[in-house]
Amino acid sequence: MTAHDDDRDGAGIPLVSIRGLNKEYVRGDQVIPVLVNIDLDVAAGDYIALMGPSGSGKSTLLNLIAGIDKPTGGEIRVAGVDIAQLSDSELAAWRAANVGFIFQFYNLMPVLTAFQNVELPLQLTTLSRRDRHERVATALALVGLSDRSDHFPNELSGGQQQRVAIARALITDPTLIVADEPTGDLDRVTGEEILGLLDRLNRELGKTIVMVTHDPKAAGKAHRMVHLEKGVLVDA
Amino acid sequence: MFALLVLKNAFRHKLRTLLTILGIVVAITAFGLLRTIVEAWYAGVDATSSTRLVTRNAVSLVFPLPLTYAQRMRRVDGVGAVSWANWFGGVYITERNFFPQFAIDTGYLDMYPEFVLKPDERRAWELDRSGAIAGRKLADRYGWKVGDQIPIRGTIFSGTWTFNLRAIYDGVDAKTDETQFFFHWDLLNETIKQRFPGRGNQVGFYLVEIRDPSRAAEISQAIDATFRNSLAETLTETEKAFQLGFVSMTEAILLAIQAVSYVVIVIIMAVMANTMAMTARERYSEYATLKALGFSQAYVAALVVAESVAIALTGATLAVAATFPLARVFGAAMGTLFPVFNVSTQTVAMQWLAALVVGLVAALVPAWRASRIRIVDGLRAVA
Amino acid sequence: MKLPVGYIVRNLAARKLTTILTAGGMALVVYVYATVLMLSAGLEKTLVATGQDDNVVVIRRGSQTEVQSSVDRASAAIVESLPDIATGEDGERLASREPVVLISLPKRGSTKPSNIVIRGVTQHGLTLRPQVHIVEGRMFRPGTSEIIAGRSIASGFTGAGLGETLRFGQRDWTVVGVFDAGRTGFDSEIWGDAEQMMQAFRRLNYSALIFRLADAQRFDAVKKAIEDDPRLNLEAKRETRFYADQSEGLSKFISYLGVSISVIFSIGAIIGAMITMYASVASRTAEIGTLRALGFSRAAILVAFLAESLLLGLTGGVIGLVAASAMQAFTISTMNFQTFAEIAFSFTLTPRIVVESLLFAVTMGFVGGFLPAFRAARMKIVDALRAA
Repeated sequence: MTAHDDDRDGAGIPLVSIRGLNKEYVRGDQVIPVLVNIDLDVAAGDYIALMGPSGSGKSTLLNLIAGIDKPTGGEIRVAGVDIAQLSDSELAAWRAANVGFIFQFYNLMPVLTAFQNVELPLQLTTLSRRDRHERVATALALVGLSDRSDHFPNELSGGQQQRVAIARALITDPTLIVADEPTGDLDRVTGEEILGLLDRLNRELGKTIVMVTHDPKAAGKAHRMVHLEKGVLVDA
Repeated sequence: MFALLVLKNAFRHKLRTLLTILGIVVAITAFGLLRTIVEAWYAGVDATSSTRLVTRNAVSLVFPLPLTYAQRMRRVDGVGAVSWANWFGGVYITERNFFPQFAIDTGYLDMYPEFVLKPDERRAWELDRSGAIAGRKLADRYGWKVGDQIPIRGTIFSGTWTFNLRAIYDGVDAKTDETQFFFHWDLLNETIKQRFPGRGNQVGFYLVEIRDPSRAAEISQAIDATFRNSLAETLTETEKAFQLGFVSMTEAILLAIQAVSYVVIVIIMAVMANTMAMTARERYSEYATLKALGFSQAYVAALVVAESVAIALTGATLAVAATFPLARVFGAAMGTLFPVFNVSTQTVAMQWLAALVVGLVAALVPAWRASRIRIVDGLRAVA
Repeated sequence: MKLPVGYIVRNLAARKLTTILTAGGMALVVYVYATVLMLSAGLEKTLVATGQDDNVVVIRRGSQTEVQSSVDRASAAIVESLPDIATGEDGERLASREPVVLISLPKRGSTKPSNIVIRGVTQHGLTLRPQVHIVEGRMFRPGTSEIIAGRSIASGFTGAGLGETLRFGQRDWTVVGVFDAGRTGFDSEIWGDAEQMMQAFRRLNYSALIFRLADAQRFDAVKKAIEDDPRLNLEAKRETRFYADQSEGLSKFISYLGVSISVIFSIGAIIGAMITMYASVASRTAEIGTLRALGFSRAAILVAFLAESLLLGLTGGVIGLVAASAMQAFTISTMNFQTFAEIAFSFTLTPRIVVESLLFAVTMGFVGGFLPAFRAARMKIVDALRAA
């Protein structure tokens, strides 16, 4: 634990506060518990890694925190809002304002250039065209891709695509950045570059990051590791 | 950005999109041509005037009326000029060359201001007992020039009749029938009298000019009342009703053509819906990503619908452009069967509308599915 | 090595929506195609059945139809004296002098009139048309203002039903019987006593003379005898030929329109099949690579994809044909532009149409599936596997 953490704890209210969270899937007439009675706090400015074997429920937990899946029971408060209670359209608006996504396979729009991909989430804001373009230029500079802004995803390497995705995740200045196996599709060197970038976002921009990974090296960059096994937290 | 996404998405699968557009072009063009055929059928009705009534034998057109009726009809209140004609029903060289021929009273042309004649040609016709007048389209079709001799074999009035073409009339606008052929009623009448003494002085139908179109019904009744209980009772109706009567006799065929024109739209709808279903399915992960980024269900649905409509309207643009030259070729091939064959503004509007409906309906299910997709499932589709 | 049929069928079943839409589009095309053929067949059947091969129709030269024709009594007598005319049981010549006129009658449920053929017949006129039977009421009595109406006229026109009256020729005529003419053109006519009709319409001449040949082979000789006789201005046609000629225009119109429409429609359906099959090939690229790696030949892949497309076409064809066969319940009634008279005929499904429609459907499947199947067969194994 770092000094940062102590400051945040001192502020009292954690950014993400999960209480008694349950998630079940129904397959046929069988009920499969995926997450069982999870309690978890993530302080603002924290950087945590969710780890566990495949099928442990770590991705499901991430999806719930990010508001793209709904829990069976329990509450998820993010900055005071219980997102488990929001409707689909409220949730969409909430995500647009509060969450930045980084996916394992980047999930860029193949028909849009790097610049347009980064600009995409700003379509949901009321920013002027000039403001949008300034922001996109800044974000692309931050991830070191200013010279690639007119390239289409299929003209970029995996690492470059992931950096575009990170720029896209940052562009709306979200409260929370979620990353699902961000280095899962990358070679070691490129993966480290991406991890370095995430580290900078956390340290220099104070972004709160929740990352799912099964790579111990990636997890090592986080401030805190949370282990899941068979849907239960086995926090050390 | 929305428009950009739609346009770029639409042309991602170039082959598929091109095939779909081609299908739409074929369907919408066919739709336009079929509607034009239906309209051509009604062309005779559209070209009628509200100041003209037609009086015929009440039993059917096959039965004539006595020439003496003309005087009595002129005395009916509200009636202006009265003229008459007989359907000749002759054959030019072979049965294939169908065009309408009428033996007309001299005053007939005065009641048709839409047939424009050169004054000197008209005078030449009036002076020649065997003179004839042909419409421009008819004359062009058979390469007739003023002064040519035209032999026509009678089917109702037997023998070969040879006419001297003295005048060619032009239509006042595109709606005018330029395929008619006229000659002197007097020639027909005198020939009948010669061949069958005691017969003759029979008129196929009368044309009645009225001054006030709003009194058409009343005047029609007055004329028919004049001849009630006589040997040849009359049936008087507006020129429009008279022409509509002809059209309605072939209504079954018209209905079939209309039905077929809608079937072609349904077929292309199925083809287009298939394209959109496949396209949307392939992009589930992209739609899920958009939703994860905070875009609404409506936005995702709109993306699919707009893409579908964009493809459909691109097809419609090409189809409308193709309809005009094709209609010209088709109209020429049909010859005098359709005297007037023009693509109307209404047909073009219907083509656009049909394409729009095809685009919207085809996108319905795929758009609904894409918007309702669960983000978690959609994202998984990529891996 | 061949791929099992089950593989092909399951591939279609796996993509339900796409398969339904594609086969549905083809079904509609086949439906239209079959319907038009059935219409043509129905018209032909009606007209062929109307004529009898040993009957001869005599009309004025060049007049084309009975309504336009006129045959005077003297000419009729000359023709009736020809030796080749058959004699009936009563020992008289089987010939009928008939006046034929058109009258306009409004269709039931509308005020729009259509032209109906009214035919004056004699006792021999009925003998000459053995297909005509009274199904309701009775035969008209000669010398009265009684008439009988063909089935489709009785049901389709105001005043033509059994017991109703029609007014024409300054008389009221009572419908005393309805006749069935075995789905021939006579079903669209009204019949009455020939001499009564002549009086009512004040006609001096008949419209046509119909007689039966004692020997059907002698037609050419009889035709020559009539047409070469300088006293006569008449022509003779076999009754079958006469009715076929009368509807030549209508039947050509139906078949031209039908063929053009089917061709245009099939382009749409073929495109649909092509899109589906291209997508099918694209989504199974890795599968194709695997099959090829397992040892299936290019030909086997080509056949499998072609078969899938043919099956798609066949499915559409069968559905379309089933829908079209339901049309047999309907009768079309329209004006023949050559005679200006109403004619009724029904959609008729013949074995030939069934075969033609299915062939048409399978051809669409073949044309639509060929290029995509060719693409599948041409794939390199390594490239296809890499797409996984």
